[in-house]
Amino acid sequence: MTVDETIRQVLTEHARLAVPVETLTDDTDLFGAGMTSHASVNVMLALEDAFDFEFSEKMLKKSTFESIGAIRAGVTEMTGG
Amino acid sequence: MTAAVPADLRVGLDVVMVDDVVRSVERFGHRYLERIYTPHELDCCHHDVLTDGTGTWSAESLAARFAAKEAVLKVLRPVEVQPEWRSIELHRMPGGWCEIRLSGTAEELAVAARIDGLSVSLSHEASVAAAVVVGWCAQRDRGEG
Repeated sequence: MTVDETIRQVLTEHARLAVPVETLTDDTDLFGAGMTSHASVNVMLALEDAFDFEFSEKMLKKSTFESIGAIRAGVTEMTGG
Repeated sequence: MTAAVPADLRVGLDVVMVDDVVRSVERFGHRYLERIYTPHELDCCHHDVLTDGTGTWSAESLAARFAAKEAVLKVLRPVEVQPEWRSIELHRMPGGWCEIRLSGTAEELAVAARIDGLSVSLSHEASVAAAVVVGWCAQRDRGEG
């Protein structure tokens, strides 16, 4: 499974979006698409499980989880990929 | 001569679905709990039911505290730096009400915004928890600019 596929699967399972994940582009605002702050915590923890790392404190901000593109950038930074 | 103006008020409000917290505890367990809540908050939300220390979590109380943390963020209005969840603590007082205690980045944001104090009210039903937070900012003199 690619990084993007994994991110989309995590969003499907945990983001509780109001729209299907398939309709999201890289830049779609996930909070605008219905993800609550509490759901973003679950997304964070599920991403850590999926990619086997722990987000650093400086990355624990809303902007890290605001879009698929932003999440990919965060995952890439944390995994060194 | 300077004249005092009324203190600026900031208000934050948030609601959290209790079932969302139940699912998070079931799925992520202590990783979720210890990432979000302080030891004091966890103590307040845990009810021992057996003498060996095992017990049950009050999802309603956890949800109310999460809502309060979000409400505090709406008062603090962070732009760049996001306070760590545990730097906003709901401290239960002996009388049963809660006070907000800030540390780290949350405290720095409050100081920068000249927030003198915060007051919180929590509420929950079986399915939803809510919190409202009022912050009052330092009074300024008109001559201060």
